[in-house]
Amino acid sequence: MDLDFSPVWQGMGGLMHGALVTVEVTVAALALSCCVGLLVGIARLDPKKRIIYTVASTYVLFFRGTPLLVQLFLLFFGLPQFDIMLPAFTCGMIGLGLYSGSYVSEIVRGAIQSIDNGQMEAARSMGMSYGQAMRIIILPQAVLRMVPPLGNEFIALIKNSALVSLLTISDLMHEGQKIISISYRSLEVYLAVALIYLVLTTAASQILRHVERRLRVGGMVQ
Amino acid sequence: MIKPDMINKDGSQTGMTSSEKPILEIRDLGKSFGSVRVLHDISLTVMPSQVVVIIGPSGSGKSTLLRCCNCLEVPQEGSITICDKDIVTDGKMLPDKELNALRMHVGMVFQSFNLFPHLCVLDNVAVGPRKLRGMGKADAEALARRQLAKVGLENRADAYPAQLSGGQKQRVAIARALAMEPRVMLFDEPTSALDPELVGEVLQVMKALASEGMTMIVVTHEMGFARDVADEVLVMDGTVIEHGTPEEIFSNPRHPRTQSFLQSILSPG
Repeated sequence: MDLDFSPVWQGMGGLMHGALVTVEVTVAALALSCCVGLLVGIARLDPKKRIIYTVASTYVLFFRGTPLLVQLFLLFFGLPQFDIMLPAFTCGMIGLGLYSGSYVSEIVRGAIQSIDNGQMEAARSMGMSYGQAMRIIILPQAVLRMVPPLGNEFIALIKNSALVSLLTISDLMHEGQKIISISYRSLEVYLAVALIYLVLTTAASQILRHVERRLRVGGMVQ
Repeated sequence: MIKPDMINKDGSQTGMTSSEKPILEIRDLGKSFGSVRVLHDISLTVMPSQVVVIIGPSGSGKSTLLRCCNCLEVPQEGSITICDKDIVTDGKMLPDKELNALRMHVGMVFQSFNLFPHLCVLDNVAVGPRKLRGMGKADAEALARRQLAKVGLENRADAYPAQLSGGQKQRVAIARALAMEPRVMLFDEPTSALDPELVGEVLQVMKALASEGMTMIVVTHEMGFARDVADEVLVMDGTVIEHGTPEEIFSNPRHPRTQSFLQSILSPG
């Protein structure tokens, strides 16, 4: 068996550019995912608020319950039937973001519900509104508990982003396949691609570890 | 229906004078959790500077009654009036905005402290004045330091709750409530979660508060505190089964439930 990595070295510029696109689409999707996840997670706290709860739950049901690839194709190939033509990058970002948001919403809900009820009672008994209590007292504590599972989600998002290569986006995966189509060196190129994904996910987990340390203030033990 | 008399600090009884309106008035209160009726037919009037201590066996509804007073629990029957405002009438609460405004005048201290663990001691006390009373950072912190000094913890302002002993935590919780400058303070078994040697420091702070004329409603098992500080003692078991001055309740209890409860708590074993 002879391994020939020369196509990888020759195509390194493309791979690096692809890695940058992967980071861009992932970070954009993560931002969307966190915004959607926060809103949906809070909306699903109280089943008694029927309408909000039902809308949010339907969202989670759909986006968590169907394959990401199908969702991406619906956005990219399905929407044009309504004359909605979104750029590939936008489709990738929205698709990844909404899919991931359904998981993040459960992370948010779980973290908020894990905060002792006495915190909300103490805040409300001082005269805070529900919103104030959430913002000033509950969420700052809940965020700390969200970080470890959010780290998982972030890493899953980086890996899942390889699917956007099927929407003609020139991400890391796509650039790898371009090299293979000329060199026929699948093993070497996919190994290189895997290694670059590994570097990205490792960097992500380091960043999150740093964030967690920064957030854990004073003698706060949780 | 039992209507406790209004009693002045010196123990003499008076009717309601025009200058002195009750701070808290509970009329015919009833509360159920599902099919369990935990409170019924409770009426109570608390005058300014009065200290009312509520005692009774566990499960008798003491804490629930106290939590009804700031609508942490909503009673289905009867009404509660605080500072001339009806906060709840037959299960209907005041609109949220007015309720929040009124809650600022009702300080609450919990059995499990419920300090905010992500804020330092100073911020725990200053957060209310800053966010709810519209005070600037400097003013709020100055007020917080004054309240902390009052409970003897001005030197722990920069600590976080997790670094404090139970007694210190509860004193911070009292300072936090005081920083809202409440008209009445509710204490829900404030010493029950404390190691025995830490109970004294909290009771001392509460005694000092009472002697300053703070209106207080205290649910507690500390009979010594009830005897020394209370103007009025209520004995509860789903409703107020007996009420009177500490003298009357402790030296000469009339109701057999009171007698057996006091016996079990004063000479256990």
